[in-house]
Formats: sequence, structure tokens, C-alpha cells
Amino acid sequence: MPLLRHDLYIEPLDAYIDPPFPVDRAIITHAHADHARPGHKNVLATPDTIGLMKTRYGPHAAQNWQELVYETSLSLGDVTLTLYPAGHILGSAQILLEHKSCRAVVSGDYKRRNDHTVHAFTPVTCDIFVTEATFGLPVFRHPDPMQEIAKLLESHRNFPDRSHLVAAYGLGKTQRVISLLRLAGYDAPIYLHGSCWNCTEYYQNAGVKLGVVRKATGLAKDELKGQIVIAPPSALKEPWSRRMNEPVLAMASGWMTVKQRVRQRGIELPLVISDHADWDELTHTIRDTQANDIWVTHGREDGLVHWCATQGLKGAPLHLQGREDEEGED
Amino acid sequence: MKLFATLLESLLLTPARNAKIGHMVQYFREAPDPDRGYALAVLTGNLSLTNVKSSHLRDLVLQKIDPELFALSYDYVGDLAETIALIWPDTTDDILPTLSELVLDLETRKKSELPGRIAGYLSAGNATERWAIMKLATGNLRVGVSARLAKTALAEFGQKDVQDIEKIWHGIEYPYADLFAWLENRGTLPEIHRHRVFHPMMLSNPIDEKKDFENLKPSDYQAEWKWDGIRVQLVLSDHEKRIFSRTGDDIAAAFPDILDHVGGSAVLDGELLAGRNFQVQPFNDLQQRLNRKTVTSQMLADYPAFIRLYDILFDDEEDVRDLPLNERRLRLASWVARNPSPRLDLSPILDYADWNHLMTLRVQGAEEQGHEGIMLKRYDSPYIAGRPKGPWFKWKRDPRLIDAVLMYAQRGHGKRSSFYSDYTFGVWKDGEIVPVGKAYSGFTDEELLKLDKWVRAHTTNRFGPVREVERKLVFEVAFDSAHHSARHKSGVALRFPRINRIRWDKPPEEADTLSNVERLIA
Ligand SMILES: [Zn+2]
Repeated sequence: MPLLRHDLYIEPLDAYIDPPFPVDRAIITHAHADHARPGHKNVLATPDTIGLMKTRYGPHAAQNWQELVYETSLSLGDVTLTLYPAGHILGSAQILLEHKSCRAVVSGDYKRRNDHTVHAFTPVTCDIFVTEATFGLPVFRHPDPMQEIAKLLESHRNFPDRSHLVAAYGLGKTQRVISLLRLAGYDAPIYLHGSCWNCTEYYQNAGVKLGVVRKATGLAKDELKGQIVIAPPSALKEPWSRRMNEPVLAMASGWMTVKQRVRQRGIELPLVISDHADWDELTHTIRDTQANDIWVTHGREDGLVHWCATQGLKGAPLHLQGREDEEGED
Repeated sequence: MKLFATLLESLLLTPARNAKIGHMVQYFREAPDPDRGYALAVLTGNLSLTNVKSSHLRDLVLQKIDPELFALSYDYVGDLAETIALIWPDTTDDILPTLSELVLDLETRKKSELPGRIAGYLSAGNATERWAIMKLATGNLRVGVSARLAKTALAEFGQKDVQDIEKIWHGIEYPYADLFAWLENRGTLPEIHRHRVFHPMMLSNPIDEKKDFENLKPSDYQAEWKWDGIRVQLVLSDHEKRIFSRTGDDIAAAFPDILDHVGGSAVLDGELLAGRNFQVQPFNDLQQRLNRKTVTSQMLADYPAFIRLYDILFDDEEDVRDLPLNERRLRLASWVARNPSPRLDLSPILDYADWNHLMTLRVQGAEEQGHEGIMLKRYDSPYIAGRPKGPWFKWKRDPRLIDAVLMYAQRGHGKRSSFYSDYTFGVWKDGEIVPVGKAYSGFTDEELLKLDKWVRAHTTNRFGPVREVERKLVFEVAFDSAHHSARHKSGVALRFPRINRIRWDKPPEEADTLSNVERLIA
């Protein structure tokens, strides 16, 4: 009996990792919607992942919640399970499975850049490494995020009368952008679209320092003038954004690397800030794990699988259903 | 180079015309001479480096990057320069040269030294600078700025009239130090000599039959046939004779038969046509003479050419562009009478009573003589460079329509690089679809998204950027005329094909046959 199937089913445990459909036993890497869905019977995850799932889906999104803190092993029959920080968003974990002499790590989404809102990624050696590949092409090399935040602040100085509307995914990216702005010395209140609010509050209660944040909804017309406002990408075209007079449209995303994409989205100020590993992080991490079998999920698999072959590694693409491409979280 | 790279990026990412102008004005303020002059030349298309080809850049990057990874990346990004800019693996601490230094270097290098130089520059820049360097080096900008828009920004920068810039534009050369001096009120408007240069042409707007006629009085407008040749400007003096195309290219070398038979001194506007004794032959005949550096005597004998005149810009040394059209017409007629030539005649003025009458003439002209339509020009219009709204209209004959089946789709360029937006379509011949043309336009952005989706879902084969699709989707294709063509498998070529409607509803079996299309050949 193999330990792990290509659909991330763990046979000895009769459990799935990040299943896209309701199951009896789910182990969840992190709380993003394409990994964590409501409706499972039993969910095992880090306390913050469970906390964020409850925040987003309510306390009854699963029947039983089982918390497992980072780097504490749990033995289930002859399988040992340990969660390690993935550095992607608050609570995000890699899942190490040990079974007889085989070690498999499912990374979930991860990054290795400095991020004050998360626990830093810990490389774990293994035989099978299941990696994401959202930015799995060598065109993706994310710059220093502080340099990107500096661009936002420069534009904010140059156009003091315009609002700066930053499109950022509500869970993870929003809080990271706030944290980076604080790190760069910006200490004015930051305004948030309603759908970014609950997760931000969760981060603050978890002890992440984000300074003063305010709701951007229900304000008088001129109140957002000259302010930095964060909203999910889907909200840019909502009538809501018309309360701002000709806002500078920015977007914080790894996709902002590609100018033609920036143009299609109508973004004036692209900020290449990503919560996923770029090409160098992906390839370095694969080397760090010393794994020989590399399973590639989620994104541009072909490039990474090809790279594995050139390195003498066995790469296999997993075509997992339900994973979002392009326009999803990043 | 940094400033210029930032400018190009801003222009690419800013769709709004006024914001684009704002970025250019800002650049003209910040950038020093001669850099801004070079930038202006690049933006207006007057300076276009051509000795670096995109294949050179591809070779360069393939020495450093695994070809498979490069191919996957290029397929994802869709734009070669941008792919290379992002994927370029090397960085050095070298300082990038200024824009003018870079241009001079690339223009004067030996071919064999170019790849090394380019590689050095790419390593010295960041991704945006690398992208800009490659756009510059390959002469392929595509940032959504026309020459006209750049000149408009220039006029705004100097608070001057853009017409003043247009009038001298073709007589001045980069880096335009005198022009900038005038714009900054440090000098006078540069003077140019009329004989050496191309004078920008006055262009017409298509008429909107539903709206425009209500507001136009027939007594205000001169009507002429719209000739199916190419628009040219004939510049004549004692010392030289030139024929410029609409874009200002000197094409005189290909038309010695005309130049040998014309004399006098003037700048004239007219249509270059194929034909003997002023009998107009199909555009296809003229095509044989175009885009050639030299011509054989056989070609001169088989496809003689002439110019049908309709306007005059300079009568000898006198600039008559500010005179009204009816006076210019008298000048033109008198000039032709003084300088008779077997290769020059006058475009006749049509006699008409009212718009309905003219409409009848237009249909008759199209059906009986194959005319492309009618030109309407206000009698009192001065000759204004560019495409002013109001004084001149073109009223084209109704397009011809066929139903054709989509065969191949190719990724577009620029803004459309991630969409399959260039479509090859065909018609039935012996139970098979044979290609008859290619269209890039005629659909909305929304339709483009749907088409792109359809193409991806119905792909049967892939060749690089091209996808072959199931023969299922019917386009109603409009075009101006059909011709015989040896280059197309079908033996037919269409002029100005565009998608008139997407017939999502129509089964492909009901598309047209090749013989239907052949019947439309003029
Ligand atoms: Zn995620």
C-alpha cells in the first residue's frame, strides 16, 4: 500500500490533504478557499488555520476540529504526522508523513521571503516532496517586497490628492501589505474593504502588529482622499470604488511581474508582492528537501517537471481538481 | 535609459490618451538633450533600429536558458521581449548608457559585435530596462502611442500649436535640438525647404450614413470617386523629383516611368494607379509595382502607372495649403494645363444634386466601374495635416460579405498577446475548407474573450503560437474586394477582411463555397 496517492489521499489514514470535496477526514495545509473548504467531518490543521477557517466559514464548517501545533508529532497507527511552517499565510503548514522508511512532505502553498505576519518556512528533508508551482517558470523572480512598497509610497507622495486603491487578496496578502507599509514607516490609518476586515482582525488578535486599520465602507465622500485603501481584486470594479475620486489602481500580486497581464487588469501601479515561492525559491527548496520524487501541483507544472528531469530528479505533474489558477489567491 | 524605460512602461500600462500625454510631457520636462530628442524620434517612428532582430535576441537567451523552459515561458508571457527581460539570468554592476549613447552604439556597431553589446546591456539593467532596451533595439515598440499623439504631447509641453509642428516635422531631424529650443521659447520655429521633404497629408474620416448626412449640405461638398490605388505625394522642382507614400516613404525609384514624364515645380497630392492612357487597371496590377527597389523594363511595359491628381500643396514655391479647396482646385487645373504629362491627369469632380442622387451614383459606380466609393471634401477646407474631423469624408461602397469557417487562431500582439486574436478562415471547396484570409478586427473585447475561450476549447493541433481548431465556427467576414492570388492555396485573396459578425448559431455546412467567393472578384 503506497503512503500517498496522486490525489493526495493518505491510504493508511483514510484521509485527504486539502480535498476539494467534503470528506470524513481532511488534513488542511492552510485556510485559503481552494485548499480549505467547508463541509468536512473531521479537520486536522494548525490552530491558526482552524481559527481562520472558523472566521471565514463559521464554527460549524466541520464537525470536529483537531488542532496540531507546528513541529509536534502525532502518531496515528504506523504513520507519524508533523506540521512545519510554510511561510505562506498565518497558520500555513507543510505536512510531513512518515511511514516505515518513507518520508513524504506536502508543502501546500509556500514562500521563503521574509514576512512578519507568518512563521518562516522550515525546509524538511524527505523522499517525496509535493510542491506547488504557481510561479513555476523562470520568468517569475519576485523582487524585494520593500522595493515594491517603496513604489507605492512614492506614488502616494506624488499624488497626495488621489486615493491609492491596492487590490490584494483578503487573507494573507492584505495583512502582508499592511505589515510591509508599517515596516516602511507608513503609520497613517489604512482603510479596508469589508471583505478584508475579519481576517485582519484575526491576525491582530493573534498578535500580528498591523497598526491602525479602519473600515472603508460607510465613509463620507472625501474621507478616503489621499488614503491607502486595500480591497480584494474583485472589488476594484464595484460601485464602491467610485466613492474615491480617480484612485490610483495598484495590485499586490506575483502576477504583476508580467506587463501584459497588468495591462489586461487595467492596473496602473503593479506591485510584485507574492505569498508564493518564485522560480528560485521553488528550485532551491526542492534541492533543500533532498527528495528524489517531486510531485508538482497547481500552476505551471510543466516547467518545474522539466527542470526536475534536467536535475536527475523524478518529477510528476499532479492535476488536482478544484485548484484555482491565475485570478485566484496569490 | 532609466527615464526612458520608465516612460515606455507607463505608456504601456496607461490606456487613457490624456494620461499618456501626461507621461510624455513629464518626460520631456525631465529628460536632458539629446536624450529626449532621441526618445521623440523613437516614439514617432522616425528612429527605428533594425540591425537587431528578435531571432538574435532569442539566440542570445538560448545560450543561457534551457530551450524547453524558455519555450514554456514564452508561451505563457506571449511577448518575446518581455519573456527575455524577465528570464535573463545575469546581472552586473555596470552602469547603463544614456538613451542617445545606446542608440549611437547600436547603430554603429559591426553586426558581429552586436550580440555581445546587447548581452552586456541586458545584464546591466533591471527587468523593465531590459524590456525597454529590447523594444528599442528591435524597433518594435507597441506601447500604444502614435506619432500624432507624441507630437500632441510635444505641443502641450511647449504650449504651442501642433499644426506648427506638423508643418515642419518632415523637414527636421532628430535629436531636434532646434525644435526643443523653440518649444522652450529659446529659439524660433525651425525653417525647412519644401522640395526635400514630405508634407503630411490631409486624411478623411469614414462617413456615418445615419448621422452625418443630416448635418451636411450638398452645396458645401465637392464629390470625387474614391480611387483604388495608393495615395501619393509628388514633389517636383528643378533639382529633384520625388514620390512619397502616405507614410512619407520615398518610392520614386520604383516609378521611373512616371518621373521621366513629369516636369515643373509643385507639391501635388493624388492617387497612384496602374493603367495605360488613364484607363485604370485593378489594384492587383499596381501591386506588381509596389514594394520594389528597382523595376525591370518588362514590368514597366506590362504594368504602366500614372498619377491621378486631386490637390495641390505648393504651386511652385508658394504654399497654398491655407487656401480653400475650390481655389486650390483651380490652381491645380491651371498647373496641369501648364505642365501637361501623359502620366498625370485630374480626378474629375462629380456633378450631383443631393445626397440621394449621390447615393445612386455611388452604387452605379461600384457595380458598373468597380469604384471603391466616393470622397466628399468641403469646398472651403484648407489643407490640414492629419485627420481633422469634418472637412473630408470617405463614403465607401458597401462591403462584400461571405460566411467563412474559422481554421486557425494565433496569439495577437501587445495588449492581445495572451489572447488568440488573429483568425485564419476558409470556405468550402470539394468537401474541404480552404483558407481565404485572415482577420484581426471587427469584434468587441467581450467577443474576443469568448472567441479566445472557444479556440482553447476546440484546439485540435498546436504549432508554436498557432492553434488549429475544429471546423465549427462561422464568421460573417466583410471585405472590400476579392482578387486572384497565387500565394493563397485557394487562389483568392481578400482586401481588408474583417469580422462582421460571429455566427455562433450557424452550422459550418452552410458557409460559403470558393466559387461563391470567386464570383465577387472585380
Ligand atoms: Zn494559498
